Amino acid sequence: MGREVSESCVDNLIIEMVSAYCNRFYESKPDLAARRIEAIGYQVGLQLSERYTMERPRFTDHLEAIKFICKDFWSEVFKKQIDNLKTNHRGTFVLQDNRFRWLTRMSVDTNQTNTDSSLDTAENKETQSASMHLYFPCGIIRGALTSLGIPCAVSADMSNLPACSFVVRIKG
Amino acid sequence: MAPIAPRSGDAVFANVERVNAELFTLTYGAIVRQLLTDLEEVEEVNKQLDQMGYNIGIRLIDEFLAKSNVSRCVDFKETAEVIAKVGFKMFLGVSASVTNWDADGTCCSLILEDNPLVDFVELPDTCQGLYYCNVLSGVIRGALEMVSMKTEVTWVRDMLRGDDAYELKVKLLKQVPEEYPYKDDE
Repeated sequence: MGREVSESCVDNLIIEMVSAYCNRFYESKPDLAARRIEAIGYQVGLQLSERYTMERPRFTDHLEAIKFICKDFWSEVFKKQIDNLKTNHRGTFVLQDNRFRWLTRMSVDTNQTNTDSSLDTAENKETQSASMHLYFPCGIIRGALTSLGIPCAVSADMSNLPACSFVVRIKG
Repeated sequence: MAPIAPRSGDAVFANVERVNAELFTLTYGAIVRQLLTDLEEVEEVNKQLDQMGYNIGIRLIDEFLAKSNVSRCVDFKETAEVIAKVGFKMFLGVSASVTNWDADGTCCSLILEDNPLVDFVELPDTCQGLYYCNVLSGVIRGALEMVSMKTEVTWVRDMLRGDDAYELKVKLLKQVPEEYPYKDDE
């Protein structure tokens, strides 16, 4: 077993990074903030994937690589596997995590900050902030797959919290 | 009821949820890298890392107090020891040592020989002046401020700059005991 740190180090670092980009650096430009957060995730995914695959033979096809992300990669990062994988066999894959670790913490926040009088706005704001947080894992997946030689676009769907689906569209 | 005994840093760390340090180290590295691109000035990156640390520190203190059962420290010397032996250990999994006390016990150094933030890190020449680990000084400043201690935290030694250890100078500027927001059991 390699070195470990407390999970709250990672949680707090990500929360603060997202908040810095959304509320301080690009307060009026959410698109730019999103792109930067995704870029940070991309870098992390690229490097993690390089480290995790050092000793492995190359993957022979896209499905093999996606399965690696669902099992080994996800277990290293989130201590569980992806719960459900779907594909249309034309380059689109949907990876569903029934209890996405980084959102289970956030939904607790929602309950605390919502008050009856401001329910609508508070909810909108929370949804917006949760979706900002998802640019980070989207970037991680894109970075990891890119390092395996698979250029793709990744988006997230969190309409069934705390479940979260990541949609991978392979390019080319 | 007898007060709950404070727990050692090792005991707390053994009981918290832990993750692979690579994820933490690489995430921090990617953030620093992106900040250097976006903010351009190294000085500004130092400032923002410190600010991020401060914001994390003011949240982290609650978790620290809840999980460590540490009660109010009698003096700043005890505070520094608790940060070094319990605080660092329970979050980063490494302990620091405390040295270089000044005569009136308000200024000391925290020495970190092992630092998970810098695994795999090498700074290019273009990053001269960067305090790569500046988030740490912010965390300490923020956390202490929440328990009524105004401090100034500065880097004395930095292995990424060629020194033989990481040394943070922590100087107590002001203590405001009446604002202490936590109840003591004594």
